Amino acid sequence: MSVLVYVEHAEGKFKKSTFEVVSYAKAIAQQLNTNLVALAIGNLSAEQLSSLGTYGAQKVLHVNDAQLGTFNAQAYTSILSDAAQKEGATVVVLANSFSGKGLAPRLAVRLKAGLASGVVALPTIQGASLSVKRTAYSGKAFAHVKLSGAINVLALNANAYPVSEQPVNAEVVSLASSAKPTDFKTSVKEIVRASDKISLPEADLVVSAGRGMKGPENWHLIEELAESLGAATACSKPVSDAGWRPHEEHVGQTGISVSPNLYIAVGISGAIQHLAGVSSSKTIVVINKDPEAPFFKVADYGIVGDAMEVVPQLTAAMKAYSQNG
Amino acid sequence: MKILVCISNVPDTTTKITFNSDNTEFNASGVQFILNPYDEIALSKAIDLCEGGKGTITVIHVGEASTEPTIRKALAIGADDAVRIDAAPSDAYFVAYQIAAYAKDKNFDMILTGRESIDYNGAQVAAMLGEFLDLPSISIIKKLDLNGNKATLSREIEGGKEVVEVDGPFIASCAEGVAEWKIPNMRGIMSARTKPLEVLAAQSLETLSVVEKFETPTPRGAVKMVDAANVAKLVDLLHNEAKVI
Ligand SMILES: Cc1cc2nc3c(=O)[nH]c(=O)nc-3n(C[C@H](O)[C@H](O)[C@H](O)COP(=O)(O)OP(=O)(O)OC[C@H]3O[C@@H](n4cnc5c(N)ncnc54)[C@H](O)[C@@H]3O)c2cc1C
Repeated sequence: MSVLVYVEHAEGKFKKSTFEVVSYAKAIAQQLNTNLVALAIGNLSAEQLSSLGTYGAQKVLHVNDAQLGTFNAQAYTSILSDAAQKEGATVVVLANSFSGKGLAPRLAVRLKAGLASGVVALPTIQGASLSVKRTAYSGKAFAHVKLSGAINVLALNANAYPVSEQPVNAEVVSLASSAKPTDFKTSVKEIVRASDKISLPEADLVVSAGRGMKGPENWHLIEELAESLGAATACSKPVSDAGWRPHEEHVGQTGISVSPNLYIAVGISGAIQHLAGVSSSKTIVVINKDPEAPFFKVADYGIVGDAMEVVPQLTAAMKAYSQNG
Repeated sequence: MKILVCISNVPDTTTKITFNSDNTEFNASGVQFILNPYDEIALSKAIDLCEGGKGTITVIHVGEASTEPTIRKALAIGADDAVRIDAAPSDAYFVAYQIAAYAKDKNFDMILTGRESIDYNGAQVAAMLGEFLDLPSISIIKKLDLNGNKATLSREIEGGKEVVEVDGPFIASCAEGVAEWKIPNMRGIMSARTKPLEVLAAQSLETLSVVEKFETPTPRGAVKMVDAANVAKLVDLLHNEAKVI
């Protein structure tokens, strides 16, 4: 028996969300009194691989060949399902990331496993089955799902479980790829990553703005505030619909769901569809000139005022704070 | 070209989500149900691709008879025919299994879904279908172009995008950006009533996941207001009280 965790990386580097899934999987392995095995696919250094021991992985499987440098849902499913079977895994953990969403469902079908995605807490073990809490209704609720497969697959949301260090010596094992030639029906032509930008779904701090900013010419105020905090930027739907900001920044029911430690909403009214995507943020700050704006009802801190004046002052105060802090 | 679009029937986005007294069931009384917004994007893309008689679009839905207005809406927007698998959709595995059973000998060139349903938010059906049908699946796409038999898709990744090429049949789940939402016109609405809607029995299947209970988020405490003239106070509260910076 074991718990298997699939560890994602971007160009050979693990991200915080990877350490979150490893920490989460480790806690499940401890609940089940068993070992944690990690699986990584693609180009990674020995040093990166063994660093997973810091979060409790006793064994790190590494699969790499020329065809595996980029994501391929079918090939990666073959490799993961093979490893899950060889390691006798009863639980497989992945990140509920963009690639995780392409992989976890395929894996669940291949393994005839129960699947819960959007998971936000540790499972409770009930005999041979697990019960786990996941988001539902686009952030307006949670569902407790009971999984009763012989193997179960859990896809964990970003920022839902804290990284925790539990150092062990990780044994790194290279494995041959178990992907089939027929798995390679897609080819990746290009990867575009804005390297200077903080990835929104995983960000700890988010500064988001709405129609109250009046136009794209005022967005430098939002970017400067975000920069002073080291935050990602986001926006409401009408803002991306109008082309003021790219679609990738649109949060809410029909956009990205975020759960950062801090969500600062500037000039956003707080429509139910917007709140759906942000309500699991730990702390919410609302800046709006209208004291009746519905967003204040779900905020922790509020400032009534004109964004054009309040935001630059807040940026200055943040800068002063980080210089003194 | 033959395209299959998978659609689901979900509570309107303005719905306040509540549950029955023991929190085991969604309280649907008075709730308006709609065609899942992302599925509408997938359907809109299919319509763009088939424009000028280049193909036909079938929509498929797993659900009970009460969902037929949503299926008719899809027909009004522009699907040619519809299939309803007559069963309550218990989970994504069940839904994907039923759709795969229908699609497996129909030679669709492409199967499109929305990126997720706004009620279950599984984002699972497209990739599961790929596995059941042994076809490539590309999840959460923002762009889709066809050039003969070759499709070029752009999928979202953290902090960027990945451009993927695929030859031959494939499955993709669509997010915003793939197409503009289409509004049904009068002719569409009239013809939707007479377009074919086939109802098929579901295959039985062992379920591996069951929702035991629901929970609504715990409400936040009262908002603390900070004077606009004293933003340094907010920084102090975020640092010392909320401890998030
Ligand atoms: C099917 C559907 C799905 C949707 N999905 C989403 C979604 O995913 N995400 C989303 O965001 N929306 C979504 N919406 C739209 C949503 O209903 C709202 O229309 C939208 O969130 C409003 O955006 P906003 O707050 O930026 O603009 P507005 O509602 O116009 O609000 C602007 C706010 O700015 C304030 N303001 C104006 N000037 C200033 C100033 N100088 N300083 C400070 N404050 C100022 C105003 O008081 C107001 O509160 C969806 C709608 C539908 C129908």
